Amino acid sequence: MITTTHIKELLNTCMQCGTCTASCPNAFAMDMPPRKLWRLVLMDRTEDIFNSTTFSLCSTCYYCTLRCPRGLPLTRIMSLLKEQAFKAKTPGYKKGTAFYGSFMESVRRHGRVRETEFMTLYFMAMKNPLLPFEFAGIGLKLMRKNKVAIQFPSGPDDSNLDRLFKKVKEIEDLKEAGNAQEQYE
Amino acid sequence: MTYIYYPGCSLEGSAVEYDGATRALMAELEVQLVDIKDWNCCGATAAESMSQLLSFVLPARNIALAEKIKEGGDILVPCSACYLNLQKVMKERLVDEKLSNQIDEALAVEDLRINGNRKVRHLLDVLAHDIGAARISERAVNPLKELKIAPYYGCQCLRPYAGFDDPEDPVTMTPLIEACGATVFPWNSAASCCGASGMNTKREVAGELVKNILLDARGADAIVTVCPMCQMNLEGFQKAVARGTHEDLSITVIYLPQLIGLAMGMSTEAMMMDKNLAVATSFIDAL
Repeated sequence: MITTTHIKELLNTCMQCGTCTASCPNAFAMDMPPRKLWRLVLMDRTEDIFNSTTFSLCSTCYYCTLRCPRGLPLTRIMSLLKEQAFKAKTPGYKKGTAFYGSFMESVRRHGRVRETEFMTLYFMAMKNPLLPFEFAGIGLKLMRKNKVAIQFPSGPDDSNLDRLFKKVKEIEDLKEAGNAQEQYE
Repeated sequence: MTYIYYPGCSLEGSAVEYDGATRALMAELEVQLVDIKDWNCCGATAAESMSQLLSFVLPARNIALAEKIKEGGDILVPCSACYLNLQKVMKERLVDEKLSNQIDEALAVEDLRINGNRKVRHLLDVLAHDIGAARISERAVNPLKELKIAPYYGCQCLRPYAGFDDPEDPVTMTPLIEACGATVFPWNSAASCCGASGMNTKREVAGELVKNILLDARGADAIVTVCPMCQMNLEGFQKAVARGTHEDLSITVIYLPQLIGLAMGMSTEAMMMDKNLAVATSFIDAL
């Protein structure tokens, strides 16, 4: 279930000055400016937040965090929203979920990301036969330089991080259960 | 001088020349790099979008492994995204006790823990402040006199933490480029965002950022970078983003240690210049 209570707490002192919006290199492409997004979080407008593309366009340049006169961790808040969208598999964040999920799957299996395996997993998750063509140009350039080779996804090897991933999940699940309990009480 | 070396995943693949040039340059400067065996991915920007805790635990594992190495020295990181992720652990564990405990709890499954006794340093910081422009200038037997170089810092080696440079108006590359005998190209995009992984998932947006940076670099002979993500975005899509501008946006883009190595008379082979995606013949001829 999507929750933004922990994110709202971080935004309590936002005074809606808009320095974040003015500093954001991607604001021109967003359907609502970052300043407005914070307001929606403060107003618990969950549906509007996750119907918007704004958080998915954050490219983590940290200009808003650097310049926020209240010192709010705004870039971190963007990633907390991405995390919620990822966990709830919201339809508007499908590309992000597939992209980051494929990346982390390669890391879980081998400890390090294998660039072509990760991209293959991404294409498989997106189930769009035309998507690979978007990457044909850069892919060919890298192959010509012998920097990447065609690599079929392979199962976990000795360097896998299974135990660590499982432990992190366990700690997070416990925390979530604790939070739910707190709200109930 | 000895450093514990954390290359990160890109330096094994699409940024193999950044790794090669860094190792060769450091050897030439008599700096010892100690590899971390069994290092893992830092999580890039992918981990934090999936699980906040994982985005701390992944880089933390590398710090814990680095701390176990007998040799002294700071942790040297050439990739800006890796640098920030490792730095994030060092900073946040001190101010967030709950988080610090959770990191320790997770690392315990691999019998690891963090003491926090090693500093995390970016390659640019080490080149500028530990080695210094004076030492590079002394060794610059092949001054790159004819070249105008645009220094590109990007984001994650500068922000959000107060670090080794001004986060809005960075200057650490200036004396290094001048020590190479080259001229610093004045421009406004030194600390702009390259669009990062948006080049993969939102190319119509990130492409605009890349285009603006390349437009601003017109007139320079090369852009110099200190991050594999920035490098790939600026070198790999020049023709695609130039569409509709009626401008030729092709420009040489190389890594900072490559520039310094070339000025110090190291060969183009040693600097792995054949691996970069955008190096003009005129640039190689001018060396």
